[in-house]
Amino acid sequence: MAENPQKPDVAARPLSPHLTIYHWAPTMLVSITHRVTGVGLSIGAPVLALWLVAISNGPDSYQAFYGYALSPLGLLVLFGFVWALAFHLLQGIRHLAWDLGYGFKKETARMTALLVIGLSLLIAAGVFALVYTGHAGYLG
Amino acid sequence: MSSSLHKVQGLGASHSGTGHFWRERLTSVALIPLTLWFGYAMLGLAGVTEVSAIGFLSHPLHAVLMGAFVVITLYHIKLGLQVVIDDYVHTPGSRIFLLLLVQFLVLATGSTALFALFRIVAL
Repeated sequence: MAENPQKPDVAARPLSPHLTIYHWAPTMLVSITHRVTGVGLSIGAPVLALWLVAISNGPDSYQAFYGYALSPLGLLVLFGFVWALAFHLLQGIRHLAWDLGYGFKKETARMTALLVIGLSLLIAAGVFALVYTGHAGYLG
Repeated sequence: MSSSLHKVQGLGASHSGTGHFWRERLTSVALIPLTLWFGYAMLGLAGVTEVSAIGFLSHPLHAVLMGAFVVITLYHIKLGLQVVIDDYVHTPGSRIFLLLLVQFLVLATGSTALFALFRIVAL
């Protein structure tokens, strides 16, 4: 086969700037975190299904589920789910606002990104504060 | 000048048009109030006995809301994970395998959750 005269010199071709070259901004952080929390929450769905199965199976399996949930690892995972759900909900609302054409200004986008980070952490901390001060379980 | 049929039909390169984008938005909007209800329910049921949990979930309104939350959340998960797989997995074989795996897991989770919910309501 003859050499392709138009074959580009691959090594010499310029590359477009990639992720690693940019200075990290809050907008980038919430963008990738939205995806990460989305994938993480996908694992939460089978846990919710297990919780429903545990309730339907009677006191023994319900107690067993709580045993796992209240272990140090279980509590850490639960805190992660609560924060991830709060984050994904808030960032999802930010996305829907964009779909409607709002919030595209640079300063606005930065402000709402910081708001999503702050509020999601506040909600997660607030939920656990309510649980530990005995304000949860009001449906019992 | 002529346009190919899929362009005329508005289906484009995805072969499914804007259907995926639109369903992702629809499920997002539906999940805003449902997630607020879910948070209220989970916080309220934290640490209660299973009899209380059964009592709450057996109420027709809350049983329907839990069913809707489970189904719409799982559909949203299916749509979202599909985007992640489309973005990062480029080998056709692995891509199709993962997409089918997601569909299977979502259906398995959904049928398990709904069966348990029906059992709770019937208790």
